[in-house]
Order: sequence, then C-alpha cells, then structure tokens
Amino acid sequence: MEKFLTVDDLKVHFPTPDGVVKATDGLSFGLDRGKTLGIVGESGSGKSVSSSAILGLHRGTSARVSGSIRLDGTDLLAISNQEMRRLRGKDVAMIFQDPLSALHPYYSVGNQIAEAYRVHHAVSRKEARTRVVDMLARVGIPQPDRRYDAYPHQFSGGMRQRAMIAMSLINDPSLIIADEPTTALDVTVQAQILDLLQDLQNEFNTAVIIITHDLGVVAEMADDVLVMYAGRAVEYGPVTEVLTHPEMPYTWGLLSSVPDVTADTSKRMVPIPGNPPSLLNPPPGCPFNPRCVHRHKVPGDLCRTELPALIPGNRGEDHLKRCHLSNPEMIYETEVVPQFDPALAEER
Amino acid sequence: MAESDQTVTEGTAAEEVPTVDEVLSQAHAASELDPDAPAVLTVSNLRMYFPVRSTGIIRRKVGDIQAVDGISLALPKGGSVGLVGESGCGKSTAGRAITRLYQPTAGSIEFEGRDLATISNRELKPLRREVQMIFQDPYSSLNPRHTVGSIVAAPLRIHNVVPKNQTLKRVQELLEVVGLNPEHYNRYPNEFSGGQRQRIGIARALALQPKVIVADEPVSALDVSIQAQVINLLQDLQREFDIAFLFIAHDLAVVRHFCPEIAVMYLGKIVEIGDRDSIYNNAHHPYTQALLSAVPDVKQAITGGRRERIQLTGDVPSPIDPPSGCRFRTRCPIAQEICSRHEPPLLQIGRRHKVACHFPGRLGEHPHAPLTAGLLGVDAEGRPDPGASPSSDLVEQPGYADTWFDLDKKSIGRA
Repeated sequence: MEKFLTVDDLKVHFPTPDGVVKATDGLSFGLDRGKTLGIVGESGSGKSVSSSAILGLHRGTSARVSGSIRLDGTDLLAISNQEMRRLRGKDVAMIFQDPLSALHPYYSVGNQIAEAYRVHHAVSRKEARTRVVDMLARVGIPQPDRRYDAYPHQFSGGMRQRAMIAMSLINDPSLIIADEPTTALDVTVQAQILDLLQDLQNEFNTAVIIITHDLGVVAEMADDVLVMYAGRAVEYGPVTEVLTHPEMPYTWGLLSSVPDVTADTSKRMVPIPGNPPSLLNPPPGCPFNPRCVHRHKVPGDLCRTELPALIPGNRGEDHLKRCHLSNPEMIYETEVVPQFDPALAEER
Repeated sequence: MAESDQTVTEGTAAEEVPTVDEVLSQAHAASELDPDAPAVLTVSNLRMYFPVRSTGIIRRKVGDIQAVDGISLALPKGGSVGLVGESGCGKSTAGRAITRLYQPTAGSIEFEGRDLATISNRELKPLRREVQMIFQDPYSSLNPRHTVGSIVAAPLRIHNVVPKNQTLKRVQELLEVVGLNPEHYNRYPNEFSGGQRQRIGIARALALQPKVIVADEPVSALDVSIQAQVINLLQDLQREFDIAFLFIAHDLAVVRHFCPEIAVMYLGKIVEIGDRDSIYNNAHHPYTQALLSAVPDVKQAITGGRRERIQLTGDVPSPIDPPSGCRFRTRCPIAQEICSRHEPPLLQIGRRHKVACHFPGRLGEHPHAPLTAGLLGVDAEGRPDPGASPSSDLVEQPGYADTWFDLDKKSIGRA
C-alpha cells in the first residue's frame, strides 16, 4: 500500500551562471500518518531544499524540479498553482527555523494566525479570533486572549516558536514540515517545544518531517531517519536501526564526531576529515569518497568512479545504505565504535 | 551556496584521504583535570552592569541591566573552565569583561599579580598579549577586506613582537599550526569555509602566544562534522602551548568534553560550579538538573527511550529587574518562602563542588528544610532568627577551600 506521503526520485536543480547546482539529486522516501521522519545532514546537503519542494516553494523560481511527490494520492508536482495554494498551509504546513524572521513584525501575532485560518475557511473575524485564542492556549501561551494582540517583538524566542506552531496547526494539517524548529532555542525551551510537537502529533495523527542537524533530536523524535549528503540520501531506515548500526561511513562519522552528555569521558571525539563538497562540482563516484577513511577497503577505484546505489544493507530490507563497502562490519574494525552498546539497544 | 563554491577545497579527489589511524591519532578523549595546577587568572566578584536610560533629551539613568552580578572563578594554568547557561545568562558578557572588551562595573580580575579590572589603558596593552579571545561567528569576526595574512599579522604588528621582515614567516607558521595551507596567506576570508575561518580566528588568537584564551562559543556556528575538528585542534594547542581556556558555550556535551571544570550560570550568577563529575553526574542545583535533563541524547533515546525531563515553566526573567532572593525561584520546582527573601550563598559542598541553593540535592531527594538558614542566621521561612549566629565567611571566593559544608552531617567538614 502506498504511504501517505511518497517522494520518488525528487530532483531540484538550480541553473546558475557557473553551472547547474544539484541541490537534491534523486531523493525517495515515504511517510505514514502519525509517524515522524527525521532528515539529517550538514548545511548544504539539500535537506531544506527537498522539503520546500513538497510545499511547492520552488514554483516561480528558476529551479528545475522533477520526480514525483504524492500526498494522499495527489501528485503535488502536477497540480496547478491554484490547487497548490489551496493545499499549502491547510494540508501541508511548515514550521520555520527562525520565528523572528518568519513572523511579520507589523502585524499582531494573533492577526497573522487568524489570516492563515481565514484564507482557508469562510468565517468571520470574531470566529477566527476564538479559534486562534484556543490554539494559542493549546500550544501553551499564557493569557492567550491578551497575547493575541501582541506583536512578535513582545514575545520571547520560545513563545514565538509556539506561535509559529499554532499557526501551522490552525488548519489541522495532515503533514507538518519542521525545518530546524528548535535550532534557535535554548535547551530547556527546546525540550518544551519538542514535547509539545509530539503531544500535538499524537492528538491530530499528523505526519511530521523534522529537519535537523542534531542527532539527539532525531533520536528522540523520529521513527525513521534519512541521512543526506551532497543532495542524496546516503542512509535511510528506522532510527533505532540506523543510529545503532550505521552502515555508511558518513553516518558513523557523524555519530562519533559529536560528544554526548552521558558518554564515557574516555570516548574520543573522532572528526570527519575535510570539508563538505561543492554541489557545483560534486566529486565523481560516491560524493563522500574524498573524506572517507574506509575508501581503501573497497577493491579497485570503485568509490571514485561509480556512485553506489541506495540498497538494503546486511541488516534487513528497510535499512538502506549507499556505500560500496560490502561488509559494514569493516567500519567497526577500528578501535572507536559508535557510542552505544548494541546489547542495550536490543532491550528497547 | 556561492560561499561553498569558492571554498578552498582541501579534500579534492586528487589529495589523499587520511587513514583511519591518522584520524584516530588526531582524536582526543575528554580533557582531564589537573587538581594541583596553580590559578593563572582569578576572577573575584565580577559585576558588569549596563545602564538603562530613559528616552527624551535628558537621558536619565533609570536602571541597570545586571548582566553579570558577582561571579568568582579561578582559571587553572593550562586548564579549562567551561561557562554554560542559556542565552541572556551573561556568559558572553563575563568573557568580554574578563578580556577587558568591557570595563567591569566592580570586582577584580587578577592576572600575574595585577588587577585587569582597574588597570590603566597604558598598562593594559602589554597584558592584552597574554589574554586573547576567539569569537563565535567566523563570518563577522574576520574583516572581509583584509587578507588572511594581514588578519593574523595584525596582533604581531600592533604589539611589535617580530621584525617586519619576519612577519610573513611567523604568519605562515601560525597557519600551519592550525592546519591551514600556509600558502593561502594571500587569500580573503570569503574564500574559506566556516571551519577554516574559525581556524584563522584561532591563529590570530595564538599569534601572541597568550597564556589565557577566552573562547566564546567557538564551535556553535560550525557544522557538526567540522566541530570535532576544531575541538581536537583546540585540545592539541592547549597541550602544546599550555594555554588556559575559559570556554563559553551553550552546548553541554561539547563543554563536558573540553572542560574538566564547569560553571553553570543563570541570570548573571553562577548557580553551580564544580568538576565534571560533580556537575554532570551529581548536580545539586535544580537548574543544572533541568538543563541536563533537557539535552537530547542519542544514546539515551535509542536505548532507554526518553528520559524523564524536568520541565521548567515560563521564561528567564529580565536582568533589569531580577527576582528578589534566589534568581531562579520563579521557575524553580522546589522554591519556598526563604527563596524569595534571601539569596542562597554559593556554598562549597564537596572537594570541587559549589552550589547556590537553599535546598541542594538531587530533585526528589533534596532536603525539606533550608540548609542555609543557620548560616544566614534566619529561620526556615527566611525571617530573622535571633537565636541563630550567622556565619561570617559566606563571601564568594574563587577556587575551592579545604573545608566544606557536609550535606549529610549538616556541618562544616573536610575530606
């Protein structure tokens, strides 16, 4: 059965004077209602570009989008601009990273949220206001009736992000795309916002895509995780699977290069050498090969000449990896192993 | 996008990838504490207030932003102290006051027998060589119109440490030390990636061979895969040149890795300070515990599901008009009457562990009567108690004493 959201071979290319930037190059994934997909990657890996394609935000720009994005059976790339407008903010909503620049400074917070509601519903201002005040209360803003008339600058960072969430939920969307929703926030506020997002997801049975570079956030929030590198998915599968047994050296590198608050202090922080590649001239073969310390374990010059396919690894059908290493155990041969104990993972 | 296109790619396909062993040899475990290291920089009761003025022609002073309100800490030679807290807690202001980018309102910063806080500008200049700073944003902290060579050479020029004809050689040495190609001295900052720019900032800070570096969020603007590179570099440099770091960051995991000693700030005050184990495994202040429980953690989430979080309600109060008594009381889950009346002293409760709370302990196991009441000479509600004799030596001292308040015996004890 087809998933609620199915993205197939999505490509977003930007022609520039220097050549075509392949920001997203052949991305496929699926997501069911009530589930959360975490998309992880460094800046420039194409995670935000891909998700804005779902909302049709590249329409009217020079971007060339191809492939298919099917939401509940509708192909979002085939529908007209008018149909897209009807869907945007109603069925699919987005939470942006920086709530201060995503909210209009001249309009009161309440009016902005009410506008989002009235675009899609023929209701009076008064009815819209009641609905917005309810929503503000639902996301935990104290004195919502008075806060309705406040302006964004009068809100703190966490409150603004709550207002953004209220705005995205006002039309009961079936899919929420949260693009780095907590990156601009402090940890204690981040914890509040993540809890809120999860509560609301359970209540409304929403599908959520959460884009982040924080593996901790993904581990706590997501059911599936998609690791992106240079515009491509390099590893995709259930969170518990991918983060405990990464089969692609990049994922492994990400996990061993971030410290965590509970790890053994003798654990070393192993950096990934080099820098992320340019999307204009991606390296031939596997995009990660110039930084991959396991490259020499692959016979021949395969990593530099041929792009590996995204195929199931050794641990089951739903754990996909894009790597030539036939035996991922080779990654663990090194002294440093990923920071979790597989035995503990089994207990879950 | 245009940024990364011009980036000097060091890892092009033509170059050799380091082997696993090489990568591992660059990787470091968490820094360790040297308990006997003498203090190189001692901050006592540092205050930094910014005046708030009324609008209009006569701009009367109407109050103060109490950004840093009396912090004390000692920075051991060649060691690191981490300063953590949420935005607005005053950690960056503290760093800037210590490097004398601000003139502190009160308090002292003792360095090599001199007080940096009150020293004249003329006397300060030679001392600036010893205390340098690494800034958070590698994009705005490098002048885009200057070449990397002239950015790194600027401190050498200003302090006249090397003859003019040898400046270039020294700059190239410095670039090499931080892992950049010394041939790139003639390029401009925009030709480098974020991680490389941060290395330029580090080279600039190293140019004068300082004894102390204040690193203000040195990795938070970088991509995760690059953060580890920079942290490992800082650890290498610290070992090689015996530099003391005041490491300011909001990322508790990075601080835990880099700093064997950590101070937690809230609204301009240090609420808890101690060695790594005391803070991360045995925190006694409710704020520290809430902060730690809020950090998303891969291992925890994957293996045991989500931890029980200590939810803090509300927002940080304004530093213009902080709450009376304990500044954390408005959000504290265990606040009582005494908390609004008296500010808790920063009490030493272990060999290297101090906490500022009337009810110090693991949440749930914390004492029900304020432990500090006797010391402050008040009763459990915070009203003056004529029978009690207030302890006289509650003034905050940097560093640790040999005796401390034993929480089990409720008296001053020692090891």
